Amino acid sequence: MSLFSSSLASEPRKEASNDAIVFENVELSFEDNAVLDRISFHLPHGQTKAIFGVAGSGKSTILKLALGLLKPDSGNIFVLGEDITQLKEDELSHLRSRIGIVFQESALFDSLNVRDNVAFRLLEENKTPAGQIESSVREALSFVELENTMNMLPSELSGGMRRRVAIARAIITKPEVLLYDSPTGGLDPITSTNIVELIVKQRDVYKTSSLLVTHRLQDAFVMATHSFDKASGHMKHLPAGSKTEVPMSFLILKDGKVIFDGDAHELAHSQDAYIKKYLS
Amino acid sequence: MAAEDFLSGVELISPAEFAKQKIKSMQDYILLSAQALANLFRRPLYIADILQQADSIGVGSLSITVLAGTFTGAVLAMNSASTLERFGSLSLIAQLVSVGMVRQLGPVITGLMVAGRNASGMASELGSMVVTEQIDAMRALGTDPLKKLVTPRIVSTTVMLFFLTILSDLFGLLGGSAVATLLLGLDFRQYWTDAWQILAFADVFTGLIQPVFYGFVIASVGCYYGMSTTGGTQGVGRSTTQAVVTSSVLILAVDAFLTRALTLLLGFR
Repeated sequence: MSLFSSSLASEPRKEASNDAIVFENVELSFEDNAVLDRISFHLPHGQTKAIFGVAGSGKSTILKLALGLLKPDSGNIFVLGEDITQLKEDELSHLRSRIGIVFQESALFDSLNVRDNVAFRLLEENKTPAGQIESSVREALSFVELENTMNMLPSELSGGMRRRVAIARAIITKPEVLLYDSPTGGLDPITSTNIVELIVKQRDVYKTSSLLVTHRLQDAFVMATHSFDKASGHMKHLPAGSKTEVPMSFLILKDGKVIFDGDAHELAHSQDAYIKKYLS
Repeated sequence: MAAEDFLSGVELISPAEFAKQKIKSMQDYILLSAQALANLFRRPLYIADILQQADSIGVGSLSITVLAGTFTGAVLAMNSASTLERFGSLSLIAQLVSVGMVRQLGPVITGLMVAGRNASGMASELGSMVVTEQIDAMRALGTDPLKKLVTPRIVSTTVMLFFLTILSDLFGLLGGSAVATLLLGLDFRQYWTDAWQILAFADVFTGLIQPVFYGFVIASVGCYYGMSTTGGTQGVGRSTTQAVVTSSVLILAVDAFLTRALTLLLGFR
């Protein structure tokens, strides 16, 4: 797929639905290697869907497709009602202002300090007054508890701090959809828990629809069994036997195909041998 | 070492596949260049980025340009001296250095120097951004990387190479004058009068149109290899090398075609 290709778009098709993201029979191959094979799933508004699979199963590719950074070979992808497979790059740029993404290795701009990284989108749009940008940056950084890092460069931050700055950058415009690519990968358990708490906070306080790619089953199960308590400012385990439903679902990929799409209860009781092995 | 061991890391491809890859690379390069140029007519223009790159590319290349120009002029004078002396025409040295530097050596040597310094810098900087997903992040944040990163580099390199070439020409003449006066005992004033008077419009035009093309070649090639980087840090190294080699060879190739075209256009002596 060409890095510089742009689609020859016709009038984009819109689909009114209750879903933030819909994948319909999406196929993608790199050279002769089929990465995704007729993938279909949907992400309802306000829900977080954790995507699992072994390395190379196409998890991160799904996020890049959802953002329009890659084009599928066939199939349709609807994001916030727009068929992004039909959009041109400049139309996608507009849609991307409603989506935030946290990359696997944070992908902070290493020549910019934390303030300019977090404010990047607002500075580029050039529509927000400087004072408001400053307050938005402070608000986003305080959400991730890193207000004191404003003037630091990414190279001066730890891995966990970089990941949190990346979250702040993703949420500064209060996006309707958030995409997390292995946000806890390579981090220690305490930092991972902090990141998971931030994701739960974003889900429960701001009701943001999210796709979460992760290798760590325990993170997703923590998210499925906890909700954010505004009073204490921390996530709390749901009481045993609680009927409270957490807007959380799971999707498992194998050999480029979806082999499971359901909630935590269905996942825990799945009889599929591969899933049982994966969960163990 | 067994042949299979030697070939274990080598990927063999058919000539047809190789040709297809090269054609695709050329297509991507042309597309990138065209889009970068088209961005000049679309907002935003990123003036601050253009100025920052102009400083980095132009001011940053001053020292190598001055040194390369000075020594090229000096060497040209020294090498020509023995030949001219044989024909009793040592006094023509100023004319020879002047026309040689302004019409050909100044632009080409400056272009090669700037290519070595900046095409590699652009390829490694953009390549690192690609492999660390910073380019994807930029697109995800609604910014066109071609507009923000490639177009300012092309504009800055093209403009700054023009001025660097003028400086290189001047310092080449200075180097030549140092050799002419200090080693060959020629008159300093006479040298500069001869050097100035020999230059015709065609010489100056030829010498100053070249850096515009070379600047574009250096920046577009550097950015192309940077933006096409694959394969992690090893890929960044590969892109850097390819950017320097390709831009240097392209400068010499463009020089050949440009010289021929300008000869036909301006009707050189």
